Amino acid sequence: MAARYDRAITVFSPDGHLFQVEYAQEAVKKGSTAVGIRGTDIVVLGVEKKSVAKLQDERTVKKICALDDHVCMAFAGLTADARIVINRARVECQSHKLTVEDPVTVEYITRFIATLKQRYTQSNGCRPFGISALIVGFDDDGIPRLYQTDPSGTYHAWKANAIGRSAKTVREFLEKNYTEDTIATDSEAIKLAIRALLEVVQSGGKNIELAIIRRNQPLKMFSAKEIESQVVDIEKEKEEAEKKKSKKLI
Amino acid sequence: MALENVCNWQAPEALSPHLPGAGDWTVPRGYDRLGFLQTQGPELAHGTTTLAFRFRHGVIAAADTRSSCGSYVECPASQKVIPVHQHLLGTTSGTSADCATWYRILQRELRLRALREGQLPTVAGAAKLLSTMLYRYRGLGLCVATALCGWDQAGPALFYVYSDGTLLAGDVFSVGSGSPYAYGVLDRGYRYDMSIEEAYTLARQAVAHATRRDAYSGGSVDLYHVKESGWERVSREDACMLYIRLQETGEQEEETTPTSP
Repeated sequence: MAARYDRAITVFSPDGHLFQVEYAQEAVKKGSTAVGIRGTDIVVLGVEKKSVAKLQDERTVKKICALDDHVCMAFAGLTADARIVINRARVECQSHKLTVEDPVTVEYITRFIATLKQRYTQSNGCRPFGISALIVGFDDDGIPRLYQTDPSGTYHAWKANAIGRSAKTVREFLEKNYTEDTIATDSEAIKLAIRALLEVVQSGGKNIELAIIRRNQPLKMFSAKEIESQVVDIEKEKEEAEKKKSKKLI
Repeated sequence: MALENVCNWQAPEALSPHLPGAGDWTVPRGYDRLGFLQTQGPELAHGTTTLAFRFRHGVIAAADTRSSCGSYVECPASQKVIPVHQHLLGTTSGTSADCATWYRILQRELRLRALREGQLPTVAGAAKLLSTMLYRYRGLGLCVATALCGWDQAGPALFYVYSDGTLLAGDVFSVGSGSPYAYGVLDRGYRYDMSIEEAYTLARQAVAHATRRDAYSGGSVDLYHVKESGWERVSREDACMLYIRLQETGEQEEETTPTSP
């Protein structure tokens, strides 16, 4: 009986791949899209909300979670795995405050989550976590940060990124549209996040969940109405841009 | 013992060696333990005067240099202010060996964290670390009474840590057998907005007065200053000469500024 649990599940293939980790990344690609944007004075997280069943209580499905007052994360992949990782991260945030008398830096908690994920790629009898996470927040020095972790345990800092289903499309949209102008103000950064999600989300504003952190302010979750009004603004701007284009043609 | 119970045989007292528990003292066979320790036991080196206070221009740390073991002066020129890193000093009191060891451990911990996080922990963090490390050994006879003096992003910082786990933030601390005498002088002259020279004089006066009255303090007076650019050793002066000098300057000042009756 014990012999079965001695065998590591994540082992190297002959050509140097860790297949379990790569399969975990496939699981992430099946999850609903999440996008993160680092502005000048704001960080934005947007996720695609999966449509809930008729009898399901919408409020209990949350994909954006606060880790501490100044850090929050969104994930793509297996929700149950994410719950475990988020719980451990939240405990670590408080533990760090207790031991070192300072709140965590965004990089510290990202490194903690990444180390946790890596440990599960090198342990007996465990499979890797099937989630990628986008972690955003402000440090004490007032600089906004966005990090992404993946199931292999690596983490990188990004200006803007997307994970989950259609991440590639969204990332291409961001690469084209993330400029100094589009992140110049907070409202522009928020609009960029919503526009990026609208590229891949089916029914528009209803299926988007948005959260922002401004410098020295706690996490703010947008209500459905606020998202709807942003979407309406975006559509107006699109129409006006198209009218200008057609005028030019004539 | 189990074997004794089974065989119905009691080992005679003389054969089983009584090894001391952790932090305990061995007592010769046949003697009453507490009585022996009270009359013949070793006296740990607690005698000292150290002080630290924080003010606008940093943190001052001063200490005497006499290490005593009972009534015997073990070392008249010991180092009671230990640097931890460039912006952190600790004044030590209690058992010299304990203080020295735990400061090395604190240095190691801070260095590891600096490598991991890319910056040193704050003085508050360092004090917290030391206090939690010491708390694990509570009740086992450690005696470390120290004031951590440092300068971090929040400015000058001062914390008192004791080996029972006490951690206090404050502006003025004095530790050791000479501390009541030092507090008398410090409380009279301390202001946050002192100039650097005033602070040096105050610290020297406080330790000098303590060495005069406390038998377990003496030797020389060490003076350190933690500034924004790091710690600096200001001076080491013989305690007796310093006391005489301070008395003379005091008398001169009184002559020039006579107080009206």
